[in-house]
Amino acid sequence: MNLNKVLKGLLVAVPVLTLAACSSNNETDAGDANANTNAPVQAVDQGMSDAEQLRQQLEALRQQNTIYFDFDKSAIRSEFASVLDAHAAFLRARTTVSVTVEGHTDARGTPEYNIALGERRAQSVQSYLENLGVAAGQMSVVSYGEEKPVDAGNTEDAFAKNRRAVLVY
Amino acid sequence: MIFKLIGKAAIVAMAIVSLKTYASLEIVITEGVDSARPVAIVPFTFVGQNQPTQNISQIVAADLMRSGKFNPVNVMRMPQQPQNSSQFNAAAWSKTGIEAVVMGTVKEVGLDRYTISYELVDVIKANGGVGQPMMTAGGRLVAGSNHILHSSEITIAGKLFRQYAHRMSDVIYEKLTGERGAFSTKIAYVLVRDKQEYRYQLVVADYDGENEQVLLRAKEPLMSPTWSPDGTKLAYVTFERKQSQIYIQDVYTARRSILTSFKGINSAPVWSPDGRKMAMTLSKDGNTEIYVMDIASKNLAKLTNHRAIDTEPNWSPDSQSIIFTSERGGNPQLYSVDINTKATTRVTFEGEMNLAGKFTPNGQAIVMVNRTNGQYNIARMDRTTRQMQVLTRTYLDESPSIAPNGSMIIYSTLHGSSQVLALVSMDGRFKARLPAANGRVKSPAWSPFL
Repeated sequence: MNLNKVLKGLLVAVPVLTLAACSSNNETDAGDANANTNAPVQAVDQGMSDAEQLRQQLEALRQQNTIYFDFDKSAIRSEFASVLDAHAAFLRARTTVSVTVEGHTDARGTPEYNIALGERRAQSVQSYLENLGVAAGQMSVVSYGEEKPVDAGNTEDAFAKNRRAVLVY
Repeated sequence: MIFKLIGKAAIVAMAIVSLKTYASLEIVITEGVDSARPVAIVPFTFVGQNQPTQNISQIVAADLMRSGKFNPVNVMRMPQQPQNSSQFNAAAWSKTGIEAVVMGTVKEVGLDRYTISYELVDVIKANGGVGQPMMTAGGRLVAGSNHILHSSEITIAGKLFRQYAHRMSDVIYEKLTGERGAFSTKIAYVLVRDKQEYRYQLVVADYDGENEQVLLRAKEPLMSPTWSPDGTKLAYVTFERKQSQIYIQDVYTARRSILTSFKGINSAPVWSPDGRKMAMTLSKDGNTEIYVMDIASKNLAKLTNHRAIDTEPNWSPDSQSIIFTSERGGNPQLYSVDINTKATTRVTFEGEMNLAGKFTPNGQAIVMVNRTNGQYNIARMDRTTRQMQVLTRTYLDESPSIAPNGSMIIYSTLHGSSQVLALVSMDGRFKARLPAANGRVKSPAWSPFL
């Protein structure tokens, strides 16, 4: 599962961050336990540059970076909660990383209306992450409306794929 | 932040160009010729050695046919091919049902110099309609010129033939309908070629798709081109810096400048009828709202204030109000806001959605994208009777733009698997498609009279 990869990346990220911050108790027990039980792994991780770790984490997050929406709607469907939780945890831990939330729509409706709708979707994701504790300054929003479909087809299936918000690091 | 991609590369790589392409749109008439008025454009007689490449009478015939109001008949249906009105046999033409005849000559008078003369004859008047006895028994004209609606002569270079032919069409159309012709106008549109690096192109062409000129090529989307009322500039939206921005570009010099780059959406620009202001959609305060900017001072006035999406402003011809799309009632519908009082009223009630409202030039109707039973089509609503008429049966119609004489609507639609431009007359009877040779075409904007 892609999500498992994401979570693994986060488990690695947590202890590194606590060490770097020289603080002992602002994260969960699970994180510390993980750090202890995987000491050899952690040693390897420390040998790995921070940039390399970040690269791996981002790679994992990019596996699940898309939230899909209902027609003409911008509400986050509950099935995407875990994906957004993973991104929020990462962004909370990596406060120097910023993310752009791209909003997109399907081809129905007018291009100008869809720019507004795409922004609505991106803003939904942004406020969802903000509610999970991500700093507003780490996030920006851009709407491409119907201009950048992932599927150029005009079937219901293609429309569903195009109604999306994408987290771009 | 190193992780935030900044569109510097895109800016540098963006090229402003003005060069010819050869992807001309071709107009395919799909409906409505049968109900049009029959006229004859007699092939012009050429006198000289070096025949010019452009055929004047063919261009005029094509213009008149594309207006949807006229059906230029085949040469086979012409009883004679007169060069001028003195050769015109009124009696012979009267039996054909043809209402008007255009005839003329092209004479070579020097190196790349041609004298074009033509006449427009009203067949009914030539046959003594409205009590004008001016024929002999043989049908030959002997007196009076009331039947000659127009005659003209000009000497020009060969390369100006197409332009002059459109001017001729303007005159002929106006003489026969009482309404100004719109054949000397241009359209701006966005051409998308998915396989190219600079996949988005802003193109300006004659209304018939000829003389395409690329004003801008970009790697990121281009949207919403719109003409200044004097026809010299276009405003449009780019994403070259990874956010929407509104630019103004001179059509003739290609020089451009940024108008707005606020945080959030910078969208849907449209000039006020006097050219001094720009209405637009901005989301700089969080919600998409309609604003009016004074272009010289850049002062902004906010016209709407609602949590719902408000966008697609369009000026009433008297500049006193702006119609816009809002989903404040649950679904997108058209609303009108008074420029001065900001009083807002709902305009459309029929259909699941109505978007992209555009006033007709005389202000009597509003053209829009209507969604009924899930189908997006171009519709027209009479402002007095509130009668709504769906004009098209094409698929996923959007971006309607009205010819400056109010006769025709150009819009973007899906044909097969590709986006193409299409035309529909204001009464919905005439329909045509403008497929591009190569690429998807969208966001058409019809120029004002030029």
